[in-house]
Amino acid sequence: MVPLSYYLVLSGFLFACGVAGFLIKRNIITIFMSIELMLNGVNLSFVAFAAHWHVLAGQVFVFFVMVVAAAEAAVGLAIIISVYRTRETLNVDRVNLLKL
Amino acid sequence: MALPIWLFILASVIKSVIVLGVLLTAVAYTVWLERKVVGHMQNRWGPTRVGPFGLLQPAADGLKFIFKEDLTPPHVYKPLFIAAPMIALIFALTSISVVPFGNSFTIHGYTIPLQITDVNTGLLLILGITSIGVYGVALAGWSSNNKYSLLGGLRASAQMVSYEISLGLSLVGVLIMSGSFSLRAIVDAQSGHFWGFIPRWNIFHGQIIGFFCYLIAAYAETNRIPFDLPEAETELVAGYHTEYSAMKFAMFFMAEYTNMITVACVATLLFFGGWHGPLFGPPLVRVILPLFWFAVKIFAFLFLYIWVRGTLPRFRYDQLMAFGWKFLLPLALVNLIATAIAVAW
Amino acid sequence: MSVHLILFLAFGAVCVAGAVNLLAQRHPINGALSLIAVMAALAGEYLLLGAEFVAAVQVIVYAGAIMVLFVFTIMLLNAGVEERTKDSRVAILLGVPGVLLGGVLVGWVVLRHSGTEAVPAGALPGDPATIGQLLFHEFLLPFEITSVLILIAIMGAVVLAGKPATSPAGKVEE
Repeated sequence: MVPLSYYLVLSGFLFACGVAGFLIKRNIITIFMSIELMLNGVNLSFVAFAAHWHVLAGQVFVFFVMVVAAAEAAVGLAIIISVYRTRETLNVDRVNLLKL
Repeated sequence: MALPIWLFILASVIKSVIVLGVLLTAVAYTVWLERKVVGHMQNRWGPTRVGPFGLLQPAADGLKFIFKEDLTPPHVYKPLFIAAPMIALIFALTSISVVPFGNSFTIHGYTIPLQITDVNTGLLLILGITSIGVYGVALAGWSSNNKYSLLGGLRASAQMVSYEISLGLSLVGVLIMSGSFSLRAIVDAQSGHFWGFIPRWNIFHGQIIGFFCYLIAAYAETNRIPFDLPEAETELVAGYHTEYSAMKFAMFFMAEYTNMITVACVATLLFFGGWHGPLFGPPLVRVILPLFWFAVKIFAFLFLYIWVRGTLPRFRYDQLMAFGWKFLLPLALVNLIATAIAVAW
Repeated sequence: MSVHLILFLAFGAVCVAGAVNLLAQRHPINGALSLIAVMAALAGEYLLLGAEFVAAVQVIVYAGAIMVLFVFTIMLLNAGVEERTKDSRVAILLGVPGVLLGGVLVGWVVLRHSGTEAVPAGALPGDPATIGQLLFHEFLLPFEITSVLILIAIMGAVVLAGKPATSPAGKVEE
């Protein structure tokens, strides 16, 4: 049997990696992927708590997180494409002007 | 009676080996069938030289693929270039593991189902595995570092993501009617007859629109004519597998035909009653017959694939996207709503 | 060690390796692939927790749809190796130790306080029927709200990416 805390540590580690990627990466797409990693880390703790407390609501919440992630990916990637069209770069440090 | 663990593992291994062997043989002979049938449709003979009716042609092709030089062009991104065909083939072969082929049979009191494993989210598993298979094609196109390959890979990923939605929605009608994701339960729900002679298959049970959507979306998912834009040889050289040779090319080829067979299996299980068919004769024949009906139905689907290939021209890319989003998706949704209303009635 | 724990450790190792690889790789496509590995391994963890429907949806939605969009964008924009700037060095110097510190702290607190109560395997019915009942009865309103959210996201994506770039005068080119 696996203790609940193991799942939580793994979830926390994934979330921390996501935060680190968000901070140190300079490619917009990779930054976006770091956000997805954070959401995945949170999902794991939802499912682990659902199993621990015998409440299925935790699993249902994962679906809502996935819906939000899908919406975010669709809009975010569209924004990335339009940024690339105007700036021709994916480096966030070079996308620092409000106006062309 | 449940099996002891070591016997369960032994039975699983034996089943996996048999299923893989039959599947790969079927793949090889689907290629032969396609060449032969398309040949006759175009007033040619198809393969005739190797063996009677060219029946040994698949073996000759296999030998040729093995002995050809395996080129790796210098400008490719090597790790992904090598991994891409393996991804395509492995996921194509994995999806067969949840397909049931017939009823279970009993030896010495142990019941062994004719299926590698029965999971109660079997259909979702197939959908998931096929959706991961996109990466094989997409990464092959990208890692080849060649504009035709890249265009092929881009087309493939856009096309597969678009048609996956219609594919999934067209199956929901069947799921509403049977109330389970387990492929075995779905087939069991289709046993029996209407008025004593029409089989109670889902296709005769109001799912004809669903089947139509599924068939079209499945053609697009497997990159077959009329939706073979990712490898359109008249526009893109050979699309995503332009730079591939020898066994790596053969892996893509095998993956494509394995996917065709998987798609035919799912269509048979969901819409055409799986292994159900007329049963007669002595007990031994009664054991063999379900497998025979299943094989016949799959053969019919494969023949339809080849027939369509011999008949239809290729779509233009904007037509393909417009068709998928503006026609097929609404149609699948209408089918879903109609089925839900009919079941709730 | 039970089979459960071994499987947890195996999937967890893949998760950890993938997450670290996402940080280490400079090319976005390698990052995307390691993220896909993380997601697939997480689906395995969900299966261990008895959430089979969540696991299937995780593979279909995350690995099969969202990540395909990412890979598609990387291919479309032909994103190359990430370039480093001065600011990114500062971020590494401050970010990595900070995140490590936070992670260690959280791990220590969790391990110290939550004890070693085992999560029972497969005790929860995570099958599609039960989840569906819950989703369409108790959580109907949030479900409908997310459908509106998805609709807005679709429209936003079409508006943002569908049109060609606006010209400096602000007129949309055909």
